[in-house]
Amino acid sequence: MPKSRLGRAAALGVLVTLLLPATALAQDGPTLVGVKDELNTTWLMLATCLVFFMQAGFALLEIGMSRGKNAGMGIAKILINFSIGSLIWWAVGYGFAFDTAGEILGTHGFFLGNTTEINGEAAGAAGVGFWAFQLMFATVSLAIVWGTTLERIKFGAYLIFAVVFIGLIYPLVAHAAWSGVGILSRVGSGVQDFAGSSVVHLTGATAAFAAVLFLGPRKGKYGPDGKPRAIPGHSMPLLGLGVLILWLGWFGFNGGSTFTTDSNKFAEVIAVTNMGAIGGVLGATLLIWLVSRKLDVGMMGNGAIAGLVAITAPSGYVEMWAAPIIGFVGGLIVVAGVLAIDKKIDDPVGALSAHGLAGIWGTLACGLFTSDRLAADVGVGKAGLFYGGGLEQLGVQAVAVLVTFFGVFILSAITFGLIKATIGLRVSEEEEDSGLDIAEHGMYGYPEQFIPAPELIGVGSPRPLGSGASSPIGSASEVPA
Amino acid sequence: MKLVVAYIRHEAFEPIRLELLELGFPSLTIIEVKGSGRQKGITEQYRGTSVTNYLRPKIKIECVVSDHDTQTIVDTILKHARTGSIGDGKVFVLPVEQAYRIRTGESGEETLQIHPDAAAAAT
Repeated sequence: MPKSRLGRAAALGVLVTLLLPATALAQDGPTLVGVKDELNTTWLMLATCLVFFMQAGFALLEIGMSRGKNAGMGIAKILINFSIGSLIWWAVGYGFAFDTAGEILGTHGFFLGNTTEINGEAAGAAGVGFWAFQLMFATVSLAIVWGTTLERIKFGAYLIFAVVFIGLIYPLVAHAAWSGVGILSRVGSGVQDFAGSSVVHLTGATAAFAAVLFLGPRKGKYGPDGKPRAIPGHSMPLLGLGVLILWLGWFGFNGGSTFTTDSNKFAEVIAVTNMGAIGGVLGATLLIWLVSRKLDVGMMGNGAIAGLVAITAPSGYVEMWAAPIIGFVGGLIVVAGVLAIDKKIDDPVGALSAHGLAGIWGTLACGLFTSDRLAADVGVGKAGLFYGGGLEQLGVQAVAVLVTFFGVFILSAITFGLIKATIGLRVSEEEEDSGLDIAEHGMYGYPEQFIPAPELIGVGSPRPLGSGASSPIGSASEVPA
Repeated sequence: MKLVVAYIRHEAFEPIRLELLELGFPSLTIIEVKGSGRQKGITEQYRGTSVTNYLRPKIKIECVVSDHDTQTIVDTILKHARTGSIGDGKVFVLPVEQAYRIRTGESGEETLQIHPDAAAAAT
């Protein structure tokens, strides 16, 4: 069994290469091996599409948690981030992350090797599919960065940080953990992070943490006495739809990280993922109810996300019984985290807790719950504490958390520090008051809510003189309001 | 009795309300309104077409107080609402004929505020 994410993907690629002569002779009909390979790619591409849909989930979750004056901005941000992210991932990100020639970063595979002769060969179709799947992961990690910075960051910061993050920061982490030759695969018998609790989620949340330290809280978040005040999001239905779309996308995120349909492992991973999510909902609901005696909608949504983030690393390594427990603890962590962080740091969507703290917990949870059967099945690391593996794997997981956090934090802090020193990180106070929709995008996300009807064309606009229309006053017909 | 009507910027409201509360004037009403004045509208681009929005959002405060409290209210509003730029708003003072508290049917100045002076003047 190949050991790494890329190892498994490489096997996929080799299969394709070997198949080339077979397809040339395909007049004889499809071969069993060929159909199996296409089945693998079919599942990988379906998963790719599901993970792409998570962008919609992030957009709606963040828009729901923003005030109505910052609603359109979320759409502009997601579109531009995903577009720049895709371009950079194609150009350098993927080569840096998944080429196996370098110790820290890859040295080949830029532009997929299609347009240059750098590594001499072009990627096959299945290889391009793997590239697309990993692109979705990188851009999910990027999307996580911005929830914390809502309602006050300059749009220019998205453009610059997207380039640095997809071009350097994320590839460094992905190379260390997933390329098969990175530093984290040489710690112990390898770091277990099946789909990215630390690689994707902790990375995004750590960059968000660096951003918010330079950015500061939204105007009015902290009173003169320094106490935090609630700035309620404008739409709980949008938030809820975002959470449920993310939940659906996560089946591709974790389930797709099998890359193949071998032994139907992906089915087991999807079921385990679901049990993590429900654990998160139940844990968060219980804790916020105990604390406030209210069934807070936003916290329940955060709970689902935290459960999903927590089960992301263990989803291929733990048995079903462990999943709701891992999710439940994630749900408790996210509520406690949001309540604690809110006292000092303004995180409008709770991403630092849901992706950061729950990501740390999920990564460590492998060291507790990984079963010997599944560790052997995936071929990375050892059984966790509860399966007689002792504390070794837990220590390995802790190393991954520390390396990821400090590496990403330092690079992100340098980037955001430079952005702040040059173009500036934060909009002006007037722009923040009026909202980013009108200040940066020229129109409110909900124009009728902010512009009086008499000023909107077509509603109460002046009647053209001499048009022959008689005054409605005194006319027999009723005038609708 | 006087009705103080003020049109102010949104951000001025909170400090005004806090100070009035401290001084013993908790009873007031606000309305979110749009209005025009010497403050220019904003022109924006929507899909490449320009849109001008002349009516700017303001907060309208309505507060009924006894005659001798009127200046306190007006001073508090002026103190916090003034930035010195066009668009700070205006304050109007209007006479009020009578006031009734619906819950008890009482009438007169003692129904207005909890300010001790107002209560004392009524008795």
